[in-house]
Amino acid sequence: MSATTAARTPREQRRRVTSGLMLALTGVAALLTVLPLLFIFFYLMQAGLGAINLAFLTKVPAPVGEAGGGMGNGIVGTLIMVGAAGLIGLPLAIGAGVYLAETGESKLANSIRFIADVMNGIPSIVVGIFVWAWVVVSMGHFSAVAGAIALAIMLLPMVTRTTEDIVRLVPAELREGALALGFTRWRTTLGVVLPAAASGIITGVMIALARIAGETAPLLFTALGNSFWETDLTEPMAALPLQIFQYAISPYDEWHRQAWAGSLILISLVLLVSLGARFLFRSPYRES
Amino acid sequence: MPQIKAPQETAPAADNSGALTFRSSDEVAIRASDFSFWYGATQALKGISLQVPARQVTALIGPSGCGKSTFLRSINRMNDLIPGIRHEGDIELMGRSVYRSEQDVVRLRKRVGMVFQKSNPFPKSIYDNVAYGARVNGLAKRGSQLDDLVEDSLQRAALWDEVKDRLKRSALGLSGGQQQRLCIARALAVQPEVLLMDEPASALDPIATQRIEELIYELKNDYTIAIVTHNMQQAARVSDFTAFFYIGELVELGRTNELFTTPREERTEAYITGRFG
Repeated sequence: MSATTAARTPREQRRRVTSGLMLALTGVAALLTVLPLLFIFFYLMQAGLGAINLAFLTKVPAPVGEAGGGMGNGIVGTLIMVGAAGLIGLPLAIGAGVYLAETGESKLANSIRFIADVMNGIPSIVVGIFVWAWVVVSMGHFSAVAGAIALAIMLLPMVTRTTEDIVRLVPAELREGALALGFTRWRTTLGVVLPAAASGIITGVMIALARIAGETAPLLFTALGNSFWETDLTEPMAALPLQIFQYAISPYDEWHRQAWAGSLILISLVLLVSLGARFLFRSPYRES
Repeated sequence: MPQIKAPQETAPAADNSGALTFRSSDEVAIRASDFSFWYGATQALKGISLQVPARQVTALIGPSGCGKSTFLRSINRMNDLIPGIRHEGDIELMGRSVYRSEQDVVRLRKRVGMVFQKSNPFPKSIYDNVAYGARVNGLAKRGSQLDDLVEDSLQRAALWDEVKDRLKRSALGLSGGQQQRLCIARALAVQPEVLLMDEPASALDPIATQRIEELIYELKNDYTIAIVTHNMQQAARVSDFTAFFYIGELVELGRTNELFTTPREERTEAYITGRFG
């Protein structure tokens, strides 16, 4: 090493410096990319942490002018609707993802893949309006189930594509090993490919659930929101993002504080789920 | 690409594989007749006619891309999954075409086990790796019947003593050589008649390789074995018959000791003496 250092030409020197500079620039870009998250988190801590207490987590909103109250119903509502959206959307999305991965490049698969990508790009407010027109109007009133359907529609393309990607990552040798034992394709997929892909699929599912938990627009004309405890899926239901939205645009300082606190709860939920997905489930193939 | 057709004017036995005289005790397990195979527009096999005798080891040798693996994977129709393939001619297993329309590929693959170049145990326990195929194929239910089958298969694959105390542990914790023997045990548990091996030892160290070779020698008492190998010493050590493939053609098939000492074809001699390939 030292022998070559001594003999470095100006041209080599210039190339070294350029390379180092470019590497440093990409490093700066990477840092700037994650900086907003840090800012958001610290700002929320500062603005919202003071308003979080047991009452905030367990009580329903207090009437205007009264101190106290909380977003307990919103937290529970979000969990219920995200859970229901998962029940509706996940079996479909995982099934579709497996289909896309296992059939490869057929015409139908390519069309579905394209449509899923388009769906992924549909603005969430449009999904909300669509569900309003089809579910809310036909039911005659707003409801949690309409909210869950809207969230499920958001979930479908995300989970479909991640499932496809993860299932494709399963080594072809594993699939061939099962087929060579006299497994049918269905049995190969169910018994060998899916278990091998399970940790990755679960990670994708958790990240998708975390994302829809924060969606506001699809719930505006579907679940509507509710100031009281409501666990009946056929009735309007509170949701954390909706409540944050309503409180944030209100003229009251107390509600603003609670909106910050609600945001902190929401981002903490999302962070926890993402971190959990990362640490709980590791691919059995990554270690070797 | 030259279209070379095996001579068919005379009986199929007139091609170069027919020059080999089997003993009357050599029952034929696999018989390919003028078998050609295409990946899209690329012809990978050109009129292959050969016979694999039952309960013997037949080695398929030849340089990379010569079609030996394609031929092996045509026997249990693993190539069926690849889009754009097509074949002509036929391959028979125990006298019946594997390409006949009513042939169920799932049943075919149950009769023809396969071991791959890269060991591919399922991400399950050692026990479940062996038991799963047997259970799916309805060979044994849970309980002692299945336990016996798992033990017997692991014994046959010469792995039992090394794993009997950790059957419930993940198969991915085994060494490469152990994983490959586990894959052999897994194939044996389905009770196949033929075992196809696609370079089963190419990723293993010499000691693990030796164990696999000893195992092949043991297994030929009960199974017909066809093994693809890049390693000519290995072919010479483990096989009774050797088939030399070159650019999609079968150049020569003979008893291994004869093919390696007195090859009939000049190309075979050139290959086994290391002048090309």
